Amino acid sequence: MIWNAFLLALREIRRNLLRSFLTVLGIVIGIAAVIIMVTIGNGVTLKVSKQIASLGSNLLMARSGGRGITGAKAFSFADVKAIKQEIRHLTAIAPVASKNSTAIFGNKNWGTTVNGVTNDYFVAGNWTMTQGRQFTDSELRAGTMSCIIGNTIWKELYEGQSIAGTKLRLQKLSCEVVGLLAGKGQSAQGRDQDDTILIPLRAMQRRITGTQDFNTFLVAVEEGRSTEKVQKQLERLLRERRHLSANEENDFFLVDTKQIAETLTGTTEMLTSLLGAVAGVSLLVGGIGIMNIMLVSVTERTREIGTRLAIGALESEVLLQFLVEAVVLSSLGGLIGIVLALVASVLIADSMDVPFILNINIIFIASLFSAGVGIVFGYFPARRAARLNPIEALRHE
Amino acid sequence: MSQETEKPLIEFRNITKVYGQGQAEMIALHGVDLKINRGEFVSVMGPSGSGKSTSMNILGCLDVPSSGSYMFQDIAVDKLSRDQRALLRRHYLGFVFQGFNLLSRTSALENVELPLIYRGMAKHERHIKAQKALEIVGLKGWEHHTPAELSGGQQQRVAIARAIVTEPTVLLADEPTGNLDSARSKEVMEMLCSFNRDLGITILMVTHEPDMAEYAKRIVHFVDGLVASDELTARGKL
Repeated sequence: MIWNAFLLALREIRRNLLRSFLTVLGIVIGIAAVIIMVTIGNGVTLKVSKQIASLGSNLLMARSGGRGITGAKAFSFADVKAIKQEIRHLTAIAPVASKNSTAIFGNKNWGTTVNGVTNDYFVAGNWTMTQGRQFTDSELRAGTMSCIIGNTIWKELYEGQSIAGTKLRLQKLSCEVVGLLAGKGQSAQGRDQDDTILIPLRAMQRRITGTQDFNTFLVAVEEGRSTEKVQKQLERLLRERRHLSANEENDFFLVDTKQIAETLTGTTEMLTSLLGAVAGVSLLVGGIGIMNIMLVSVTERTREIGTRLAIGALESEVLLQFLVEAVVLSSLGGLIGIVLALVASVLIADSMDVPFILNINIIFIASLFSAGVGIVFGYFPARRAARLNPIEALRHE
Repeated sequence: MSQETEKPLIEFRNITKVYGQGQAEMIALHGVDLKINRGEFVSVMGPSGSGKSTSMNILGCLDVPSSGSYMFQDIAVDKLSRDQRALLRRHYLGFVFQGFNLLSRTSALENVELPLIYRGMAKHERHIKAQKALEIVGLKGWEHHTPAELSGGQQQRVAIARAIVTEPTVLLADEPTGNLDSARSKEVMEMLCSFNRDLGITILMVTHEPDMAEYAKRIVHFVDGLVASDELTARGKL
């Protein structure tokens, strides 16, 4: 009897190709939309959190200056020393002095940011090296013009050659290249983190900026320690050292990368939900499409059911046939929808450069919903017809 | 004569049928008694609203009487469940409707196969039977045409093939020629006569047209929910 129902259902599907196609299409669109949107949304969220992690975890950034304050005092080595003494549970304090400059190598040049740093910068920023080494103590102390280049510089100026024994020019200064940083990619704000050249801080101060101080420093806090507590201590200490009275505003910024992370992750998660909601609407519209097609064909189906009943079909046989038909169409639509969604997700993720993250739950929910709609609206009108007296079904207008 | 003593194939005893309730109540049959023997060819006539269609529906086990008893062979049809009546239709009855009621977008062959599928017949056997039935109604070579590609007369012949493919005991035809011109009607009627004569199928036919009714052996007239007259035709007297 089940085989019979299956046979009859397949005939029915083949016979009503357009209707079957539209039903399948409704399910395909609904399922594919939801899966694609959620998958891409998740990918973007993951990408953002990866970018944030690449900044370094448990990291505080201090920058001199304030809202509406001009000529705020920069930071000095004395500040760094004081912080080291006063605040515990820090893994690194990395002063940074930056300047935009043009790097020249061979006959090519490239505008970039030069950062004067100490080796603490590698710890704080989670940087690793793919070639060469970090700065030596004597380089740092003497302010030698040696430099470590970011991955973008390497790609643009070296085009993949080895850096060993090379020199490049920063403005008028010749600079020995001693290391190459591993690439990190874009930051969460869309800045290329690899477009950088590092030189010893003292070299920056003596040869380029001509000052003894720096505008920025990074503070890395031990894993598992609260950055909020450190941030508060740091703020108090800096205010004290900068002689700010209680009613004066900070003339420096303190930013916890975790806060940035939370804000950005929050935003992308919200976007994912939004996309999911939009996709949910397409699922609903697809469902209504199916409903429409099924209800429009009720008259034809009712007469047909009348004919089947008259020639001796049992109510249960007719019902089983329509149920099988609805299940087959829904499964087919679901299957095509999932495959389509996965292929599209992979392609979109690739072109947007976000990771492809599969969410099984979403596939499950979307399939369940669409299959539900397909089955309910394929089956219930048929059930109503099958319960009619065959004569009434035959006369249905 | 043995036919007089033999148990009738179909027996209506005081069958009534009431539609609706209260104010809208409409009595379609007022207590009909009718006997039809195996091998008969009966035309059922009468004006619309006379109860002839209601009787046919009850005869065809498509509807149940409000009271009275209906014996089909030894079976009390009025006591059967919906599914039992469906099985009775499946195994003993064949239907030809005025509106043909073929499945659209379905080939003639598949339409004829349909009742065999419900009988659970294997594919190969089903094919052969359906092809043979189409051949009998003169549609050899039209097996793969859909109803839309067939003329009215051809569609009705497909419907007839569908009705006889199961070799039913009784063929019920509800105005089978109602939508056909006289030439096609004549063909259909002669086909029905041959089934009755050669295959021994009992035929009950509702018709408006006296010419068509004359093909039968017996004519039953309904008026106001009762059998008004019941007589043999020229053919029946032979």
